[in-house]
Amino acid sequence: MSQAMSLRASRTRYALRKFINTLMLSLTGLATLFAIIPLVWIVVYITREGGRYLSVDFFTQLPTPVGVPGGGIVNSLVGSLIVVGIACLIAIPISLVAALYVADHPTTPLGVLVRFSTDVLSGVPTIVVGMFAYALVVLPQRHFSALAGSVALAVIMVPPVLRTTEEMLKLVPRNLREGSLALGASNWKTSLQVLLPAALNGIVTGVMLGIARVAGETAPMIFTAFGNPFFNTDLSQPIATLPQTIFVYAISPYQDWHAKAWATAFVLIAAVLGLNIAARLLTWWRTRRLRLA
Amino acid sequence: MSTNQSLRIFTRALASNETADAPTTTVKMRVTNLNFYYGAFRAVADVSLDVPDRRITAIIGSSGCGKSTLLRTLNRMGDLVPNARVEGDVLLDDESIYAPNVDVVDVRRRVGMVFQRPNPFPKSIYDNVTFGPRLLGVNHRADLDAIVEKSLRAAALWDEVKEKLHESGFALSGGQQQRLCIARALAVEPEVVLMDEPASALDPIATYKIEELMHQLRDEYTIVIVTHNMQQAARASDFTAFMNMNAQRAGTLVEFGPTKEIFTNPHQKETEDYITGRFG
Ligand SMILES: Nc1ncnc2c1ncn2[C@@H]1O[C@H](COP(=O)(O)OP(=O)(O)OP(=O)(O)O)[C@@H](O)[C@H]1O
Ligand SMILES: [Mg+2]
Repeated sequence: MSQAMSLRASRTRYALRKFINTLMLSLTGLATLFAIIPLVWIVVYITREGGRYLSVDFFTQLPTPVGVPGGGIVNSLVGSLIVVGIACLIAIPISLVAALYVADHPTTPLGVLVRFSTDVLSGVPTIVVGMFAYALVVLPQRHFSALAGSVALAVIMVPPVLRTTEEMLKLVPRNLREGSLALGASNWKTSLQVLLPAALNGIVTGVMLGIARVAGETAPMIFTAFGNPFFNTDLSQPIATLPQTIFVYAISPYQDWHAKAWATAFVLIAAVLGLNIAARLLTWWRTRRLRLA
Repeated sequence: MSTNQSLRIFTRALASNETADAPTTTVKMRVTNLNFYYGAFRAVADVSLDVPDRRITAIIGSSGCGKSTLLRTLNRMGDLVPNARVEGDVLLDDESIYAPNVDVVDVRRRVGMVFQRPNPFPKSIYDNVTFGPRLLGVNHRADLDAIVEKSLRAAALWDEVKEKLHESGFALSGGQQQRLCIARALAVEPEVVLMDEPASALDPIATYKIEELMHQLRDEYTIVIVTHNMQQAARASDFTAFMNMNAQRAGTLVEFGPTKEIFTNPHQKETEDYITGRFG
């Protein structure tokens, strides 16, 4: 009897529960919308402002002086590719190897130290990292260089890549690791040949986020790569990069340079977006082939 | 069910076990006064056991009594658990596998393992099987091809996968995955194969295939298998070790002997109670 009563009571509450459910669902939907509005806004705005200045010349020509029409950003485009590329070559191996160690030995003194220092490092403002690279590379060399820029970006890139890789490695089922060790594989072979491939999709995502993050770094570039109006591929010489070029164009008082700043920003964003999409396609294709999902 | 009735069931299972009357054999692995501790907790207490060469030894006992723990001391997989500790010794061909100068990697190559749940690597079937041989430095395509076919045939999987060797190991059914893991273990030609409930996640037909397989492997390999399935132990093994927990919940070896004897004429009352389904 009492049970029947309580069931009936709960039925009258059904309408209320349903209402609350709908309300919460709408709220989460609204919050999501707010979260993506800035992104859409930025992309649309930059496409509108920057898109109209784009031409083949913009990608193949060197910058022109103020007032001279035409010109492009080929030096910054290639410069960014070089600086970010070298930064990746430095940062990715270090991050992966360190992450393998930390995931395997989370409680050893060295493991704790590495995790603590990456946490601290990821909180250091990037302009400070730029000053560090200035002291480390620029001062001894006595001039700005692409390499100094790469070092600064590598330092910025290590913490996020290391931490994502560590998290992804921890998600690899323990029995895969045991399976490899039981076949007589050493620890590092297990890490390299079983754990890394098993976690590769997540690691690639982490690396992409790292690249996207540093490709747009402006402040450290000012102390390191400095900028260069000419075409340069020499690592020991100053080099132009996309964010630094945007900065220079944007703070100038000239109308046509402002337009170029928008166009350069568009190129930077498109490149980062393209890279992300490519990485997603790659992992999607790999997932399908290996039936990981 | 009376003791006699249930013993009769095992007699039938034993009847299908042509090897039940195993002649005396040489010892492949010798466990002496083994204790295994997880931190302060002793999970295996004072176990001594001789694993006969080229025979199938089954380890049975209630859940949590330390069967897996004991099995994993035989190829030093127990070392992987943080804060775990081993006392006593395990000999492989009369040499300690816990001696300070012993290479763990070498021990694990000689004593292979198949796990309770299939754990293929996220690689192709081919790369799963060649993983071990490649570690040993086999790199020629023709050699690897031969190893793949031989191992997959030995694991009774060849006919099912020969058309799709380069597809993912994950694209197989659970039973096929388990046989792939057996093939992977066999590919490095170990001397001993440890199996921790290899059929617990499989249907009766796949289980039967694995038992048949063990039977074929028996001529060349020493096999130690943990199983919860009494019929399986009676059917497929030559020797049986029965473990039980003592008052401190540590696993001890109650009785060890030829399977036929354990199942038809156990010396300990505990053993008889367990195999006839009476506990406590
Ligand atoms: N990694 C571990 N850390 C701490 N204790 C453990 C660990 N693994 C197992 N144990 C404990 O050791 C005891 C024996 O475990 P074990 O896995 O060897 O039992 P088992 O006989 O294989 O049981 P089952 O038949 O259920 O697989 C159990 O009490 C278990 O809780
Ligand atoms: Mg177990």
